[in-house]
Amino acid sequence: MSQSLPTVGLVIVSHSSDVARGTAEMARQMVGDEVTIVHCGGDPDGGLGTDVSKIVEAIDQAWSEAGVAILVDLGGAETNSEMALEMQPAERQDRIRILNAPVVEGAVMAAAEAAGGSSLSAVQATAEELMGQP
Amino acid sequence: MANEQLSALIDATNTAVQGTKDELTKLDQAIGDGDHGLNMARGFAAIEEDRDKILSKPLGAALQAAGMTLVMKVGGASGPLYGSLLMAMGKAAPEGAPDRKVLADMLGAGVEAVKKRGKSDRGAKTMLDVLIPVHDALADGADIAKIRQVADDAAEATIPMVATKGRASYLGERSAGHLDPGAASSRLLIQTVCDVIEG
Repeated sequence: MSQSLPTVGLVIVSHSSDVARGTAEMARQMVGDEVTIVHCGGDPDGGLGTDVSKIVEAIDQAWSEAGVAILVDLGGAETNSEMALEMQPAERQDRIRILNAPVVEGAVMAAAEAAGGSSLSAVQATAEELMGQP
Repeated sequence: MANEQLSALIDATNTAVQGTKDELTKLDQAIGDGDHGLNMARGFAAIEEDRDKILSKPLGAALQAAGMTLVMKVGGASGPLYGSLLMAMGKAAPEGAPDRKVLADMLGAGVEAVKKRGKSDRGAKTMLDVLIPVHDALADGADIAKIRQVADDAAEATIPMVATKGRASYLGERSAGHLDPGAASSRLLIQTVCDVIEG
């Protein structure tokens, strides 16, 4: 495992900015700075919700040549993340995945897997194991 | 659709949504997360704010701009859903004023975009349960009174449904007995468009 290889970046999207921040903190505790973890939460007015433009920014900040894995909490977070994904440049889109995993546990598992230098598909598979057999 | 009609639509839909904010929120508190009224109000207020920019464009680009405003400003799933509806309608819009057939085709393109965005279809207790029958009626040549009736009946028909998509689906059987908030906002918007067309 080479230090120079890029690791998969993570984006945490929650309706609550507190949940998003706390989840990112928990994941960082696992992996330190080896993985870029960006969080965003709250609607455009700061209430509970998710915000497409914030998700677009978060993907940009987390961007890695190895790709970006997005963890989401509930319904709108997924829909808004899909929208943000489709607003990315075409050449990036197949290297961005929205994981089907619980946000907190999924983020911690994904971060641990990403820190080992795993591919985006491996990161996704590890986090999604939490949902049972895919 | 003349530009002044689009201008009237922007005002009328915003007024209607602001006036129904609490009702939509109440419906959403029953089976969702209680933010639908607030989110729709924020989205349509943002369209009103962008009105000059939107109205400076031809119909297709104007609808796409309004859709993008909803996507960026709403903060809930209804943003990408209604945003995709408007953006797809805009992409399907002709250069000039659309006739009824073209309008039906535009709405058809919009409905397909909502299905794709929401990974849903008719019968899941969503906005599609209003938009699909309204599109079918429009395509069949129904008059405005008939379209109003179809929208109203279709919204009411979501009450006994069990939700299989969106936050309401977490409630399973307990979602039955409540009007779907997305169906309610779709009915409201369709009725408002009818009001503007009737003048």
